[in-house]
Amino acid sequence: MIELSRVSKVYPGGVTALDDVSLEIRRGEMVAIAGPSGSGKSTMLNTIGTLDRPTSGTVRVDGHDVATLSDNRLSALRGTGIGFVFQQFHLAANVPALENVADGLLYSGLPRAERRRRARAALERVGLAHRMDHEPHELSGGERQRVAIARAVAGDPPLLLADEPTGALDSASGAGVMELLRELHASGTTVLIITHDPEIAGRLPRQVRMRDGRIVADHAGAA
Amino acid sequence: MAGREEVTPRRAPGPPQAGRDLTPPRLRPRDVLRVGAVGLRTRPLRAFLSALGIAIGIAAMIGVLGISSSSGAELDRQLSALGTNLLTVSSGQTLSGEEAKMPVEAEAMIERIGPVLSVSSVGQVQDAKVYRSEEIPEARTGGISAYAARLDLLDSVGATLRAGTWLNAATHAYPAVVLGSATAERLGVGAVGPDTQVLVGGRRFTVVGVLEPVALAVELDTAALVGWPVAEERLGFDGHPTVLYTRVDERHMDAVRDVLAGTGNPEAPNEVDVSRPSDALAAKQATDQAFTGLLLGVGAVALIVGGVGVANTMVISVLERRGEIGLRRSLGATRGQIRTQFLAESLLLSAIGGVGGVCVGAAVTVGYAAYEEWPSVIPAEATVGGLAATLVIGAVAGLYPAIRAARLSPTEALASP
Ligand SMILES: Nc1ncnc2c1ncn2[C@@H]1O[C@H](COP(=O)(O)OP(=O)(O)O)[C@@H](O)[C@H]1O
Ligand SMILES: [Mg+2]
Repeated sequence: MIELSRVSKVYPGGVTALDDVSLEIRRGEMVAIAGPSGSGKSTMLNTIGTLDRPTSGTVRVDGHDVATLSDNRLSALRGTGIGFVFQQFHLAANVPALENVADGLLYSGLPRAERRRRARAALERVGLAHRMDHEPHELSGGERQRVAIARAVAGDPPLLLADEPTGALDSASGAGVMELLRELHASGTTVLIITHDPEIAGRLPRQVRMRDGRIVADHAGAA
Repeated sequence: MAGREEVTPRRAPGPPQAGRDLTPPRLRPRDVLRVGAVGLRTRPLRAFLSALGIAIGIAAMIGVLGISSSSGAELDRQLSALGTNLLTVSSGQTLSGEEAKMPVEAEAMIERIGPVLSVSSVGQVQDAKVYRSEEIPEARTGGISAYAARLDLLDSVGATLRAGTWLNAATHAYPAVVLGSATAERLGVGAVGPDTQVLVGGRRFTVVGVLEPVALAVELDTAALVGWPVAEERLGFDGHPTVLYTRVDERHMDAVRDVLAGTGNPEAPNEVDVSRPSDALAAKQATDQAFTGLLLGVGAVALIVGGVGVANTMVISVLERRGEIGLRRSLGATRGQIRTQFLAESLLLSAIGGVGGVCVGAAVTVGYAAYEEWPSVIPAEATVGGLAATLVIGAVAGLYPAIRAARLSPTEALASP
């Protein structure tokens, strides 16, 4: 599903955020990426998510060598193959949950009625059937993140990338969100979750630990 | 749209589908509109204000063109009602600068020219001042001249009465006067009747009528018109005509024009001025047109300023919405689709302004024309041209911000607050 081989990323300032990283993640895995702040977790996730290109090395996602794809094709790959969940939710203010989720399918080529239908199904899937018409400011933090997850999975992508999805949540809602991600994994989605919380990481089937842009540990978890 | 299910690359269960078709689907036009309107919906006041800038420019231009066209239409209407075949022969000045006099027989001589259809005339009564009453000081009624008028004057110049009656065979020998529109205003004469009297040459004359403004003979607006006989008998009028109004067969206008001066005053043809008042009206319209051009320029500047406002709004919008841009990129938006979104927003902004401006400009035109009692004309070219200009401005104003938005790297866009 994902294959990083000798991937490095050097930012223009000279910071080496990824340093010769190789990693393979198989279809259907659920992986925690842990490590201290600034260790390159987000950079790695963005590289896997084709939001950014590596300085060197090859990235293969879903069988495609990212380096060979044009920006348009990468966009299509993200649109159909990858769902993103961010720490800050990135929901549109004053827009009902249903529209926020349906808007996530805007670039899928589906007609609006079908987008809304799938958005409704996705919201039901994340347990927000009763919050469809609520705007973000009327939702709790955990509910907002669920809306964002619904948006990410409404198109049924095989890969879900979550960058500190519980970072802005209290522990109870964070646990709820983790539970939801586990359910998505159980239904077949490959899930990568960045977290700096060792406890959360420890409960996932596989943990990749990073430090200073390198992978320092990669082992199966307790779960 | 409902029911038209499209085949989309949904994930099939089972083996990895390398070779998945990675062509990004195109946005439907309705979705382009929808996504272009996002900024307008989230910041309605800002959208309104920047659209307002465009609207003011377009409204100014449509209003100026509309009012000018309406006034042109009014002129055409007037000219076709008044006729363009009036030639006016006025006694000018002698070489030494004195008032020239046309001979008493001038009218009869001109009447004998073949293509001349009719002749009428007025003769200024020298030294006959016009006052409202004995008490009003002289200085207050300056500019009003007393004229002796032929009875067929109204038909010749196409004048109409605002109130009362014209002089007739009965009243033209009596102290009855018809006032020009400006005269009536200056003297403060409202009603017409036996009790309304003014002083002409020191004698009381009863006001029997008031004229509407006379487009083809503006000198009559500031005139007090009395009968020819009464002027000769009581006001010491010498019988010399001052202005001859000649209606001529349209086909022979130029020929008649050439001989009028010589016929009107054979002794001193160079002292006579011959003019065609409808030309003067059209010439005035042409001067107005120059002024219209100036106003149009002002409108165009306003429009450009409006365009700058839209550009400014778009630049700010892109800066503020970097997070949204990053999110959309992560959701599969291509650079082109981001560019399209912001171009659409800019076009929508200016189109809203343009449509609003056309409506306001049209309303101003209709209102002003109604007030002036003109036919209202809103030139279609102006409307179409205005809307086209709006779209061009929207595209130009939005292009740079849209390109900047599209060039943002998704990660940087997502990282910004
Ligand atoms: N756009 C950028 N430009 C320059 N340096 C960056 C950029 N993004 C991240 N970095 C740097 O790269 C390193 C790794 O960052 P990041 O991947 O965000 O770490 P993490 O997500 O593990 O906290 C950090 O030192 C960070 O300062
Ligand atoms: Mg991070």
